[in-house]
Amino acid sequence: MEHSMILLLLLSPLFGFILNVFFGKQMGKGAAGALGTAAVAVSFAVTLYYFLQVAQTGQGITVSLLDWIQLSGFSVDLGVQLDQLSLLWLMFVTGIGSLIHLYSISYMHDDENLHKFFAYLNLFVFFMITLVAGSNLLVMFIGWEGVGLCSYLLIGFWYKNQDYNDAAKKAFIMNRIGDLGFLVGMFILALLFGTLDYAGLEQAITQGTADSYWLAAAALALFIGACGKSAQIPLYTWLPDAMAGPTPVSALIHAATMVTAGIFMVTRMNFLFDLAPVVQDIIAVVGALTALMAATIGLVQNDIKKVLAYSTVSQLGLMFLALGLGAYEVAVFHVITHAFFKACLFLGSGSVIHALHGEQDMRNMGGLKGVMRITFITFLISSLAISGIPPFSGFFSKDEILMVAFHENKALWVIASLASIMTAFYMFRLLYLTFFRNFRGTEEQKKHLHESPGLITFPLIVLAILAVVGGVISLPGNSWLSHFLDPVIVKPHVAHHLDATAYMLMAIAVVGGLLGIGLAYNKYLKQGQLPEADENISGFGKVLYNKYYVDEAYEAVIVKPLYALSRFFRDTLEKVLGGFVFGLGKVAHGIGASGKVLQNGSVGFYLLIFTAGFSAIIIYLFLA
Amino acid sequence: MDVTYILIILLLGALATFASGDKLASKVALLSSLAALAASLLLLGDYNAGQDIGYMGVWAQHPKLFLALSGDGLSLSMVLLTTALLPFIIYSSFGNDIFRSRNFYTLILLMAFAMCGTFLAVDGFLYYIFWEIALIPIYFIALVWGNDDPESRKKAVTKFFIYTFAGSLFMLVAFIYLYQKAGTFLIKDLLAVVLTEREQFWIFLAFFLAYAIKIPIIPFHTWQATVYEKAPTVGTMLLSGIMLKMGLYSIIRWQLPLAPLPAKEFMNVLIGLSVAGVIYGSILALRQKDLKRLLAYSSLAHVGLIAAGCYTLTADGLQGAVMQMMAHGVVIVGLFFAAEIIARRYQTRAISDMGGIRTQTPKFSSMLMILVLASVALPTTFNFVGEFMVLFSLSQVNVAWAVAGGLTIILGAFYMLRMYQQVMLGDTNARPFTDVNVHETIVMIGLIAILLFFGLYPKPLTDLIGPSINEIIVSINRYN
Repeated sequence: MEHSMILLLLLSPLFGFILNVFFGKQMGKGAAGALGTAAVAVSFAVTLYYFLQVAQTGQGITVSLLDWIQLSGFSVDLGVQLDQLSLLWLMFVTGIGSLIHLYSISYMHDDENLHKFFAYLNLFVFFMITLVAGSNLLVMFIGWEGVGLCSYLLIGFWYKNQDYNDAAKKAFIMNRIGDLGFLVGMFILALLFGTLDYAGLEQAITQGTADSYWLAAAALALFIGACGKSAQIPLYTWLPDAMAGPTPVSALIHAATMVTAGIFMVTRMNFLFDLAPVVQDIIAVVGALTALMAATIGLVQNDIKKVLAYSTVSQLGLMFLALGLGAYEVAVFHVITHAFFKACLFLGSGSVIHALHGEQDMRNMGGLKGVMRITFITFLISSLAISGIPPFSGFFSKDEILMVAFHENKALWVIASLASIMTAFYMFRLLYLTFFRNFRGTEEQKKHLHESPGLITFPLIVLAILAVVGGVISLPGNSWLSHFLDPVIVKPHVAHHLDATAYMLMAIAVVGGLLGIGLAYNKYLKQGQLPEADENISGFGKVLYNKYYVDEAYEAVIVKPLYALSRFFRDTLEKVLGGFVFGLGKVAHGIGASGKVLQNGSVGFYLLIFTAGFSAIIIYLFLA
Repeated sequence: MDVTYILIILLLGALATFASGDKLASKVALLSSLAALAASLLLLGDYNAGQDIGYMGVWAQHPKLFLALSGDGLSLSMVLLTTALLPFIIYSSFGNDIFRSRNFYTLILLMAFAMCGTFLAVDGFLYYIFWEIALIPIYFIALVWGNDDPESRKKAVTKFFIYTFAGSLFMLVAFIYLYQKAGTFLIKDLLAVVLTEREQFWIFLAFFLAYAIKIPIIPFHTWQATVYEKAPTVGTMLLSGIMLKMGLYSIIRWQLPLAPLPAKEFMNVLIGLSVAGVIYGSILALRQKDLKRLLAYSSLAHVGLIAAGCYTLTADGLQGAVMQMMAHGVVIVGLFFAAEIIARRYQTRAISDMGGIRTQTPKFSSMLMILVLASVALPTTFNFVGEFMVLFSLSQVNVAWAVAGGLTIILGAFYMLRMYQQVMLGDTNARPFTDVNVHETIVMIGLIAILLFFGLYPKPLTDLIGPSINEIIVSINRYN
């Protein structure tokens, strides 16, 4: 019974994938979409069942399904571990996943390959469940690479466009740089402890006898993996490009779920990172810098999805900041609230793009709040949430991060606060440009403006409600979440008392958020300014607009030289090596015969020589 | 039943194919290959039931030569690889119109015969004979039925022939030296001889030349890409899928046990050379104009990693190497077949002439995608299992080697996805691309099924290989 329920949780989306691949086309669009959605909803239902069970009993469930890989020192199972951490993640992966599937039925309705879209989405959910629910690092790695594959397939979903294909390829390759880190981290742990099971590793590592240098190396390698998947410096540049994929994909994979995998992994391995303080410091600094850098880029982007993408990178940075400071529960809290409001924002932007028939440039939007009431209100709620305005969920989670940062390191607190102010600014810039003042699109577009259908607005409403109330899972001073996660966090973060400092920090955070909103209000609503046309952007704004030219730098420093090297190998070195070997042949041959024979490639001649030599040897053997 | 059945079936199959005439040859060859596969599966059953499936017969008294065939898991796994791929390789050619087909198919079976012989022989001389015989069929296959103009083909193939033959002669000399000491060529007698470190060095080097050329390990690889390009696809499949594994297998079977001290002494050099091949081949594959050449360099990169695994001298390294040999054999045959499928329709191997195929044939696109993913060792494919084991074994020597060898997962993704994008994606190609037919689908699906099955459940194979590898590890460590 236990087994079959777990298999159902795991395999339901896989069946959805298989059915849609083979029969999706014949089934018709409605059925294909319904099937894909149902497959994920089933997983959600089973997750809910286990979630309630574990919440009640406090006991996680670990099951081994199959022997997988045997090595000399140890073996790795395909095992499932449903405990507080994995179930929490599964709740929002399958929950938000179901909503986004539902949304996609309408959003992707005109696409001729709708069944394929649902197949890939289902496959993604399957791998995401694998990533989260595995009982050892190698199973996590299956999911880890699997979601990377689905991300690749979905970014390049419209594969006729080579720019999209480039973005897809870039995402996969950058992720693989991280994956190498993940692999190496696993190797080190396996060498040290002879296991990759979380339980075994936790037991071995918490004994504290392992060499701290190697522990730090393992933690660092794993963190590199997390940087790839969760888009942190220096491996973040794929995520904004990933917006080439259809918008539901951006919401599900590139905002709410897959990109949080790095945070999941670090939290899962908290017992390791606790013992690698140097790596924790690196994580905190990388997180804070990523948060700030991405936020500055977000200030000036004009593509609605790009703003949200950089916002995601920035928010992920805040989560890593919390991780680096050892506040795992706080990071998880922000993962969850972020999943709600960011999914809502992306889906909302999709609703807008849908209404404008593919327009993504905010300079050509405006005035939509009248026509698109539901989209506007849900978007507004989510923007308030991400800006950290009480009582919305983002206020609570972001505030906790800032509070932790304040107590640990004032410089990091300043950086994170700056990033938060910028977040409020660019989100309301986006909101004002999109929904307020006059419509700036074409007359043709204006005629067709409409609120999106129910399948699109329903998920928006649900997510917006969650974005409002999500904070209750971890209220200041009384955190259900921390309590719930206690069994899986070895060194729980001690929440600070609600003293005067705490209230002061809250006040500063809220004022900061309001400041950002006020600045945006003044510039874009009151004064009605519009962002410059591309060719007029200059000065530092241009640097920001071009994302600090990091892509160009990577291209110049890594890709181009690699191609040049490849051409050098192909056109020069290969010929030299080949010539060298052939030259040896010529020298050898020059002794016996003329060079011409070689040029003619007279094999008969060689065969003769070799046969003669060969026979001589055999005769020698018989005589000896 | 013992392993001689496999050899007899293949030899009789070759004769029957030759006798059957051009019309029937392909079918007779396919049946023979299936019979050989059935026989090896039966043998596998016998072996797992604990029966001795080896064979020992006297060949000559003076010199003392034996028809000694091994029946251990290592040999059996390589025979299984050969006999499992052979039907696919033969069947894949059913779509081609082959001139003088009975000669063609006879040569294929003869080559399979010689390769199986190489994998089975445990008498050094017998092994050497099989090793060399295997070269002759492929020489003619590439020469007679190859691509492009006959002159350039002849040049490439001849270079290959001379080169590999010359390398092998060093190995023969080494065997003769060992024979003088042991009195037979039997591997168990050779292993009983105590050799000085100096002697081992020269023996190791002699074997190395033979194997490094065959595998190939850089800088001995320069024959490879051109031959893969010029050979007909069936020939390329035989070469890359099976024949280069002869060299890798021989490292494990012969070189390391016979001369372990230099392998330990020069471990870092050997691993370094192998890993350099991984990186060099991967970078080369980034910028190729010819699809088959690109795959040839990808193959160079992959076998480099396998060789590195062998030279770690660890159980995980050797076992992972064998797993990876099989996985690579399956995936590379599939990839070369995909190139052939495209060539049948577009009459080209130039990547620049391709692109925009996906719209026209979703089925083929998906199948090729899966092969690409297997090639880049995505978890749950067979290739991941082998690659993981090999990389882990490298980390046992030095974590830095695992990082360097691990670059394959980044670079591999780079060149393979780039290839896929250029070949398959983009705006619909103006030239029509007829969908894959039943023959083609069967071959592709069959190979993919193997890759996915063993990716999820490699246990039967590790159970098969493990004990033999442990014995070999014992031989390797016998000087300690």
